[in-house]
Amino acid sequence: MPQVTLTVNEKPIAAEVEGRTLLVQLLRDTLGLTGTHVGCDTSQCGACTVHVNGRSVKSCCMLAVQAEGARVTTIEGVSDGQTLHPMQAAFRECHGLQCGFCTPGMIMSAIDMVKHHPDPDEQTVRKWLDGNLCRCTGYHNIVKAIRAGAAAMKAKTRENVA
Amino acid sequence: MTHQPRPISETGIGASVRRTEDARFVRGKGRYTDDINLAGQTYVVFLRSPHAHATIKSIDLANARRAPGVVAIYTSVDLAKLGGLPCGWLITNRDGSPMREPKHPVLAEGKVRHVGDPVAAIIADTIAHARDAAELIDVDYDPLPAVMDMTSAAASGVALHEAAPDNTCYDWDIGDKAVVDAAFAKAAHLTTLKLSNNRLAPNAIEPRAAIGDYNSATGEHTLYTTSQNPHVIRLLMGAFVLQVPEHKIRVVAPDVGGGFGSKIYHYAEEALVTWAAAQLGRPVKWTSDRSEAFISDAQGRDHKTTVELALDKDGKFLGLRVETFANMGAYLSTFASVIPTYLHATLLAGQYTTPVIYCRIKAMFTSTVPVDAYRGAGRPEATYLLERVVDLAARETGRDPAALRRQNFIQPHQFPYQTPVALTYDTGNYQATMDAALAAADYVGFPARKAEAKTRGKLRGIGIAAYIEACGIAPSNIAGALGARAGLYEAATVRVNPTGSISVFTGSHSHGQGHETTFAQVVSEKLGVPFESVDIVHGDTARIPFGMGTYGSRSLAVGGSAIVKAIDKIVAKGKKIAAHMLEAAEADMVFEDGAFKVTGTDRQKTFGEVAFQAYVPHNFPLETLEPGLEENAFYDPKNFTFPAGTYVCEVEIDPDTGVVEIKAFNACDDFGNIINPMIVEGQVHGGLAQGIGQALLEHCIYDDNGQLVTGSYMDYAMPRASDLPSFAVSTTSTPCTHNPLGVKGCGEAGAIGSPPAVINAVVNALSDYGVSHIDMPATPQAIWRVIHSKA
Ligand code: FES
Ligand code: FES
Repeated sequence: MPQVTLTVNEKPIAAEVEGRTLLVQLLRDTLGLTGTHVGCDTSQCGACTVHVNGRSVKSCCMLAVQAEGARVTTIEGVSDGQTLHPMQAAFRECHGLQCGFCTPGMIMSAIDMVKHHPDPDEQTVRKWLDGNLCRCTGYHNIVKAIRAGAAAMKAKTRENVA
Repeated sequence: MTHQPRPISETGIGASVRRTEDARFVRGKGRYTDDINLAGQTYVVFLRSPHAHATIKSIDLANARRAPGVVAIYTSVDLAKLGGLPCGWLITNRDGSPMREPKHPVLAEGKVRHVGDPVAAIIADTIAHARDAAELIDVDYDPLPAVMDMTSAAASGVALHEAAPDNTCYDWDIGDKAVVDAAFAKAAHLTTLKLSNNRLAPNAIEPRAAIGDYNSATGEHTLYTTSQNPHVIRLLMGAFVLQVPEHKIRVVAPDVGGGFGSKIYHYAEEALVTWAAAQLGRPVKWTSDRSEAFISDAQGRDHKTTVELALDKDGKFLGLRVETFANMGAYLSTFASVIPTYLHATLLAGQYTTPVIYCRIKAMFTSTVPVDAYRGAGRPEATYLLERVVDLAARETGRDPAALRRQNFIQPHQFPYQTPVALTYDTGNYQATMDAALAAADYVGFPARKAEAKTRGKLRGIGIAAYIEACGIAPSNIAGALGARAGLYEAATVRVNPTGSISVFTGSHSHGQGHETTFAQVVSEKLGVPFESVDIVHGDTARIPFGMGTYGSRSLAVGGSAIVKAIDKIVAKGKKIAAHMLEAAEADMVFEDGAFKVTGTDRQKTFGEVAFQAYVPHNFPLETLEPGLEENAFYDPKNFTFPAGTYVCEVEIDPDTGVVEIKAFNACDDFGNIINPMIVEGQVHGGLAQGIGQALLEHCIYDDNGQLVTGSYMDYAMPRASDLPSFAVSTTSTPCTHNPLGVKGCGEAGAIGSPPAVINAVVNALSDYGVSHIDMPATPQAIWRVIHSKA
């Protein structure tokens, strides 16, 4: 079986995987990082979004072996110890989640969005979220959360994680 | 917002407390069923029928059994001792006979009846091995004609079930047809509309999953499952399918990623993993993928209706006549039978004084996935047909749609109001919600906006819908009289720990609703203890005394009331203990501001002191005072609750493309008292998105052979962020008169009121083309066709 070495949430990882193992399977099943979710099988829902070398990627459409040498950050890796990442805090503050299943993917996608659009307006956020489905919130509070999170990230002028 | 004059504290009733559960969810620390892995677990994959209707001539398992990693393969012959999946509600036909209830086997027995019907369960050491082996199974099918159109199913000459030769599950009615016909004979105007309520896939983003585990030493089965009601699953699976007594079954529904009704029912996969784990002595895990969910999760809606409204010359409603075909799918799902009847036909008075109503429902079996409750369940169908026909009547008689509704509203002084279709509304003020919604939407300013849009070549339309729903299902005695095979109370235990913290065990289940926050607010306020010291426990039959679960917007109205009832018992017991501590008479004790006080004195014991004493009863008079401070309660509601509201939708249509853009959506709801306004607004937003999705985007489409054409997120149009507007939501309040919190329920309203508001707006926008109706979903293609056929 192929071997893959990468860093996940700043920890070096070496694992044996099958050629067909997806990155999301490596994260969830091998590494026990179950914060990354699987909501579909056609790369539409974005529940599986993580950062690979700082960019948001759907971990269900990438083979684990393709992450060779990559820096991967999952939802478990974005907070600063007990202190939530500003985007995580904004989701809670703005009630941007209900069942929480889409939330890790939403947050990972949103953090990447802010890198591209530091001060996104409503339409920018809605467009960016094209690859993330939520069935609970109607997106209203997610949009609010992401704009608030972007503002908080800016205020913090701090390097994004990953 | 004009709800109750609160908040009094940052965390009490009426405060938008930030959610407790979010602390884990935003960190990715939720624990959903698929996150659970047990030592030695195996994986099951279901081989499902590719045919909509076929006889199974043979199943050859030989090659699959030899495949790497295979642990076991089961078909229906292995499950001969198991019962079928039960239906929880008996409907009685017009002629007095019971509905037809063909067996719903765990795995197909001799015949498959929809694409996705499970035929074999393949268990292996990895999912990949199970999948590989499934491909080696050779099933010899003899395809039969599919029954796809419910309106002609009875005459199709093809029977899906021997027990239902004409594919009819039941033929039921409510109301006196002769009386209604007589009212129609006197009408000055008659409005008739044929419409369909499109079939939807619930699509909680977490796919279903189930893990069975068995302890051979104790004979105990454990099922981890994505359920909205673990006790109901334990009862149905134990008593009807596996025939295992309940005390030997534990059902755990941990964090659940959305339900919307689809996770109420007892499904075949739950029974199979539980049973197989005991056969194999190893845990068995199943996780649905999305494509599988589209052909195995119960779907929603799917009605075809003819509605007629009779009006007098002044616009007063004289009577309503409804004839509906309701699609049950291939088998009866757990609550399928009650949706078109007691959750639909009984809502047909809406907010109006329509004096006589007749409704007939023909429930049909077809070669499709079973249909059951989906957010709103019956009430969206009722609201849609009613609010569409009222709108059309306004147009046909040249009246303003808001004025026609107002003219027929039940007036505030008429409550309690007995409708002609069995329900008694306890309270409401429909004028107030309509006034607020129309003001927020600037209804009077619409003509100017329409004119302005015209200069840009856009068709602007405005639509109103005034909905009512019956929530908090249900008084057990009424439900029982109507055929329910269960009681519909809720249970709660309030345990005061020795140091004064509180654990609340509730039979309600949270899968996004935020009970850990809302319920804690109630307990904190009622007992005067800090919000942080209250823990809400749900979703595990081993920890919770009993429960009927969460659906029908019942958690706060019924589950919350059970908690309040238990709290009342805690206070009563606390008074006894405090009276003993203070050497006062129990009758002189009062509980206020978190302390037990002797009236008219300054002598008191704090809640914490009493809690501690309850567990350190060194000098209790044990004959009259028991140690401990923990109380159980069951609350059975006295009536349904009746949330109501008015929604106003404004759209613009591009006539060149048929694309609808929602320019504004104003919702005003009366939910009675509100515990956490932030959570309530979030519930409305979510409901609106699903209702708008139904109106403009979503549709489960089967081809004539019964293949589901919209079987993935590539083909089924889920609402995305860019499809939706921001919403303007507000509330008014007439508190529920019969539950202790005065609450009504808010989970489904958005999905109930929004489809007719959207379609009324679309039809209004297309009025220049002489369009009187368009079916949901009003896709760009459908609208473009209408425009070009009329132009
Ligand atoms: S699971 Fe990756 S996009 Fe849905
Ligand atoms: S919060 Fe449930 S899917 Fe988004």
